[in-house]
Amino acid sequence: MKMWKTLLAAAVLAVATATSAFAARTDLVIGIPLEPPHLDPTAGAAAAIREVTYANVFEGLTRIGPNGEVLPDLAESWTISDDGKVYTFKLHTGVKFHDGADFSADDVKFSLDRARAENSVNAQKQLFAAIDKVDVVDPATVKVTLTHPQGSFLYNMGWGDAVIVSPKSADTNKEKPVGTGPFKFESWAKGSSITLLKSAHYWGAPVFLEKVEFRIVPDAAAAVPALLSGDIQAFPFFDPDSVSQVKDDPRFKVVVGATEGETILSINNKQPPFDKLQVRQAISYALDRKAIIDGASAGLGLPIGSHMSPANKYYVDLTGRYPHDVAKAKELLKEAGLENGFKATLKLPPPSYARLGGEIIASQLRDVDINLEIIPVEWAQWLDQVFTKKDYDLTIVSHTEPNDIDIYSRKDYYFNYANPAFNKVIADLELTSDEAKRKDLYAQAQKILADDAVVGFLYELPKVGVWDAKLQGLWESAPVPANDLTKVKWSE
Amino acid sequence: MTAYLLKRLAISLATLVLASIVVFAVLEILPGDPARLMLGMNASADQVELLRNQMGLNAPLLLRYLHWAGGLLSLDFGRSYTYSVPVIDLVRERLAVSLPLALIALALSTVIAIPVGLFSASRRGRAGDTISMGAAQLGVAVPNFWFALMLIYVFAVWLRLVPAGGFPGWSAGIWPALKSLLLPAVALALPQAAILARVTRSALIEVLNEDYIRTARAKGLPYRAVLWRHALRNAMIPVLTILGLQFAFLLAGTIIIENVFYLPGLGRLVFQAITQRDLIVVESVVMLLVAAVIAVNLVVDLSYAVVDPRLRSRQ
Repeated sequence: MKMWKTLLAAAVLAVATATSAFAARTDLVIGIPLEPPHLDPTAGAAAAIREVTYANVFEGLTRIGPNGEVLPDLAESWTISDDGKVYTFKLHTGVKFHDGADFSADDVKFSLDRARAENSVNAQKQLFAAIDKVDVVDPATVKVTLTHPQGSFLYNMGWGDAVIVSPKSADTNKEKPVGTGPFKFESWAKGSSITLLKSAHYWGAPVFLEKVEFRIVPDAAAAVPALLSGDIQAFPFFDPDSVSQVKDDPRFKVVVGATEGETILSINNKQPPFDKLQVRQAISYALDRKAIIDGASAGLGLPIGSHMSPANKYYVDLTGRYPHDVAKAKELLKEAGLENGFKATLKLPPPSYARLGGEIIASQLRDVDINLEIIPVEWAQWLDQVFTKKDYDLTIVSHTEPNDIDIYSRKDYYFNYANPAFNKVIADLELTSDEAKRKDLYAQAQKILADDAVVGFLYELPKVGVWDAKLQGLWESAPVPANDLTKVKWSE
Repeated sequence: MTAYLLKRLAISLATLVLASIVVFAVLEILPGDPARLMLGMNASADQVELLRNQMGLNAPLLLRYLHWAGGLLSLDFGRSYTYSVPVIDLVRERLAVSLPLALIALALSTVIAIPVGLFSASRRGRAGDTISMGAAQLGVAVPNFWFALMLIYVFAVWLRLVPAGGFPGWSAGIWPALKSLLLPAVALALPQAAILARVTRSALIEVLNEDYIRTARAKGLPYRAVLWRHALRNAMIPVLTILGLQFAFLLAGTIIIENVFYLPGLGRLVFQAITQRDLIVVESVVMLLVAAVIAVNLVVDLSYAVVDPRLRSRQ
């Protein structure tokens, strides 16, 4: 009896303290599923690094906005020479790094030269491949000369990997990141949380939050009680399968947006019988995208017919190219001399889209007598066996890099696909800055991939965010991996 | 006694050396390249090679083993590939969570299990025994992550007495830190207590059938005194063995509970290091655990001698 009284008193107290917090809040705890290995976006591919630092701690010449658009950042404006090869950036003045060092054109030159250097371990070194030289004109002006005109250059400079760092702190950014952004790094309790504080001398529009903590919550089952108890107020990347537990709760907002993750059934194009176009097309006809999206992404993914996000301005709808048609698939297999079907393996990395999607795809392909043996693998094994050694028949993976249709033109990429016509389109794209022409070239590229049925195009990975209903300004979609907090605030 | 101790020490050292070879070899065979994992899918093969060189992964296997094992001897555990900080710092941070958690859970489990075992054994076959052993069976059978989630929903979401998870660090104060370890400790302790209670019960029942118990009763000692002074003490050896095993498990085998409560414990460090192929962390932490298990076993062996004077005189 006494215990119940104590419990009751404690509960009343908890409610009382919860309701007294009415003043506009300036703190925020964000849940992230994966801990970043370190915090230097110029030295690692992990999306988690960007989910903490992008736009918050580090800034680039340009940046990518919430809808994938290129916005000015440290560069206030720029001019492009008539031949499209020389970019002159006018920089903001009065900008300081968090350690007090002044930002100038020298830092831009240092950062770009460092990223493209011989011994650079930048995970997206190809972004800088077109740069011929970087010249400091004056402290507020920098001139970048390219070896050839590059349509995507300004976009490339907006990636997290292209942020501007200071020579003083570049080598220690992994542990103690120092940037020019509105938030400065405060502390990192390994395995637990990373804390950022508002920077006192930020050059741009002031931010609303004073303190932000990124708390690492690896288990999707733990995310729901963490939200319900109020310990964590936002999960920008929430597990789609757990959404049903919070979607009817008025205290929370469930926001479904798009990522740049084209989720595909990758096919080893050199491995017989997948080297035959009919076989690959038969697989495309055999796939029922709707069932896969329902089963593997809680019905939230958007179908794709080629390697491009429906949110992308260059997107062409090719989902009708191979409607779900078992009879047609069987016919194509017969043409390929495989009327009795065949056996193959399907290697699945750990994410649930792959593991769940794999089961469904295996059963759909069984309908056309393709019997798949499912082999679950870890990420490290996947990168080793599938991606590097190309020892696979089929696999499922989400390609999350933005605007990455060019991967199909890469030599020795794990698809083992080589089509000179496609490579020509990509090469032309690289050299074209005219928007109308670019749009046309992107359309051609998407169409070639669909016609060749290079892989099974499934759906665009959805981004499901759940956060406190009073919280405003978080990104709906994820055109680049980021949790941009520059506009985030609590409403009254 | 000294000879016995020296012999035990020599065996422990040999075990450590053997374990280091096995651990190193097994992890090296594991497919996966830490450099490729760090650089992701867009990096070229040349770049991965460059990073492998920088990380010292291209040195010959034997050389790397000797370098690592030599470091261990001077208590230098190397640097994490992914975090690029000394492994020992990572371990120290994690132990600040895992060690108190294991100790609290172990204490809880003992405090619950011994009285339940005693109660059950002394009422063998009666209703009290059936009920408490039924509860123990349930405690073993219930998945601990489910039990942990139920605890979270009741005490964190509904009553809001404790946080739903996370660890604020000891710098936030003793009470907030302890508070965040409370639910995980209960979730860990209950299944352990259930096992321990069953072991205590069966060990006691065996002892209670011994002649000296009848003698003690015959000379007029009250039942309670017989139970506590004669029976329990003699039944302690299997109980201590289980406690030793449980401590080793609680130190590093608690990954599921650590995940549910998102605690930065040792189990999660190892798990994360394996998935990221941070081999040096896995190797060093496993070696530390091997050393811990050996030390615990040594302590358990010595404690046998404390509870059982016969073992003392035999040596």
